[in-house]
Amino acid sequence: MKQIVVLSGKGGTGKTVMTGALAAFVDNKLLVDCDVDAADLHLLLEPEIIERHEFRSGHKACIDSGACVRCARCFEVCRFGAITKDLQVDPGACEGCGLCARLCPVQAIRMAENMCGEWFVSRTRFGTMVHARLGAGEENSGKLVARIRQRGKELAIAGKRDWVIIDGPPGIGCPVMASLSGVDAVLLVSEPTCSGLHDAARVIDLGKHFRIPVLLAVNKWDINPAVTETIERYCLDNGVAIAGRVPFDRSVVDCVVSGKTVMEGAAEVVKSAVADVWQNLSQIVTGASERNKEAV
Amino acid sequence: MIIAVASGKGGTGKTTVAVNLALVAGSVCLLDCDVEEPNAHLFLKPEWREETPVTVPVPEVDVSRCTGCGECARVCAYHAIAVIPGIDKNPQPLVFPHLCHACGACSLLCPTGAIHENRRSIGIIQKGTRGSVSFAHGKMNVGEVLSPVLIRRVKELADSRGLTIIDAPPGTSCPVVAAIRGVDFCLMVTEPTPFGLHDLVLAVAVVRQMKIPFGVVINRAGLGNDAVENYCRVEHIPVLARIPFAREIAVCYSGGETLVDKSLAMAGLFHELYKNILRVKDETDRCS
Amino acid sequence: MKVCITASGAELGSQVDPRFGRCQTFVIFDLESGAIEAVSNPNIETSGGAGIQSAQLVASKGVTAVITGHVGPNAFGVLNAAGVEIFIGSAGTVKDAAEAYRSGKLQRAQAEDARSKPVPGR
Repeated sequence: MKQIVVLSGKGGTGKTVMTGALAAFVDNKLLVDCDVDAADLHLLLEPEIIERHEFRSGHKACIDSGACVRCARCFEVCRFGAITKDLQVDPGACEGCGLCARLCPVQAIRMAENMCGEWFVSRTRFGTMVHARLGAGEENSGKLVARIRQRGKELAIAGKRDWVIIDGPPGIGCPVMASLSGVDAVLLVSEPTCSGLHDAARVIDLGKHFRIPVLLAVNKWDINPAVTETIERYCLDNGVAIAGRVPFDRSVVDCVVSGKTVMEGAAEVVKSAVADVWQNLSQIVTGASERNKEAV
Repeated sequence: MIIAVASGKGGTGKTTVAVNLALVAGSVCLLDCDVEEPNAHLFLKPEWREETPVTVPVPEVDVSRCTGCGECARVCAYHAIAVIPGIDKNPQPLVFPHLCHACGACSLLCPTGAIHENRRSIGIIQKGTRGSVSFAHGKMNVGEVLSPVLIRRVKELADSRGLTIIDAPPGTSCPVVAAIRGVDFCLMVTEPTPFGLHDLVLAVAVVRQMKIPFGVVINRAGLGNDAVENYCRVEHIPVLARIPFAREIAVCYSGGETLVDKSLAMAGLFHELYKNILRVKDETDRCS
Repeated sequence: MKVCITASGAELGSQVDPRFGRCQTFVIFDLESGAIEAVSNPNIETSGGAGIQSAQLVASKGVTAVITGHVGPNAFGVLNAAGVEIFIGSAGTVKDAAEAYRSGKLQRAQAEDARSKPVPGR
């Protein structure tokens, strides 16, 4: 079983559209949507939820105002500005260190477990999908990503799946790192803009840091062929293989609007471009693992 | 006044709106708080003036005073300190800087005062100017997790008397909350697709919860469907501008150019947007 | 000499749990006397730093080696500093793993990520 994560660095490059296309195209796979902050893959795949779990993580301070003697010790020691001047907790700022609770002379502060989201196992028309929803403004999505990846892996092993395809979160922070751990390859979806290049470079750094092979696909490449070439050249210079190019086509937007993956309705040029990307990607990933086996 | 430009979904044109708005707003401070992927400088092309490292406290244990009691490891909510029997059988304290949130609990609660704090770098802030726009952004080191800290440091550079525009990170999680906390107005950029609408609804829940006045900008208007317009009408959310979908705009963006410099119509559109923000902000202030 | 094997149960016949920090049970096996002690892992549901917590626990038990499937960089740092040898890629039952260890068939773990290296006290 191989795990592939689709990342973009920057949002809006077509990462979820690409994951949706692979969901429709690749056989015997399991899907994991790790974009837990603003998950969108479900809009294309219409999951029917079969398992629902609460997700709790970390703690937040709670002040019992009846017991509080207003000494303001909590206000003095909190480095996150989470205790207001009138000695209330600002839950959005509290990072759950618990220092206030430990130092409160009258034990008026309790650290309450924080319910920050839900995660699901669902049926879709392309097979099983594990996905999640983080509560608005909640933190620690890295742990949630780790949790749903773990469940995805268990289900993939139990169901003898060949592939786990992961829609990764944007950025390069904690959730992205959690989405990278233990994967076999990163499919980097970029677009021919200077911010696309800039953000792709950050993802490539991250791949190097974790020693995971990265492959590039430029989406909407024909919007600016010159920039596309610059990105591809940058990638080749940095040990990143090119998986393919996907052209700009209005039929892609029409697919998204009607809740379909591009493999179910976009123009032929788009479909064949996605098929090429997958062929190159799967070849490199399985080839690399064969070589590893030989080395052992 | 501080205006934050945010969006639930990434890639809706948040940075484009923030930069172009700054260029028409005259004397303004533009802060890019998307510290994981700062991009505004690619369009603004500021002249860089200074660069400062951003550091946070990190504990260091003085082994000559450490009794190996393990209190630091017990009080650390992030498991960033471990105390183990070392190879020489003496207790060995270990600090994991990348897990540390710098809360100060270990140094404050160590019974023998064996822990003091050093500084470690989590990223940099770069400052520059272009014309009447003073600019700054934060750039987080790869592999770091404390983005809210860096975001707060960038926000400290806001101009307390004049106008500040903040380019917020995408999404609805903790970095976004850190970026928009305490701003006077939030501009939400979306696109007229099911993805755009879905993420807009989530972002609206966040700003409403934080009681920040807000309005919407629809980017790539004409593409997709009417669902975003309908949603805004039903929810009484003002749509402050519609940036039409045009291949020329996409090409202009992909070349790293700013819209207001390329087209008079765009300059007009962003002037109008700025006026609309002031109007809506004024109306909300009077109602509350 | 005692070794710790991460397992999905408390018996010699239990399967090796490939995870270190969040394994079900630490089976501590005395190679001389054959005595086993099973410690159920209190860190399975911890929100972060499970590897560090587990490594701390194992090190405090006075084992000389840990046998598991995979060790993350944080746990590696703690075990390494405590002078505990780490063997990875183990599979099968606890008994199989102990045999493989005795016959020197297991692979020694190498540090995978220098940036996660903990900072010792000074």
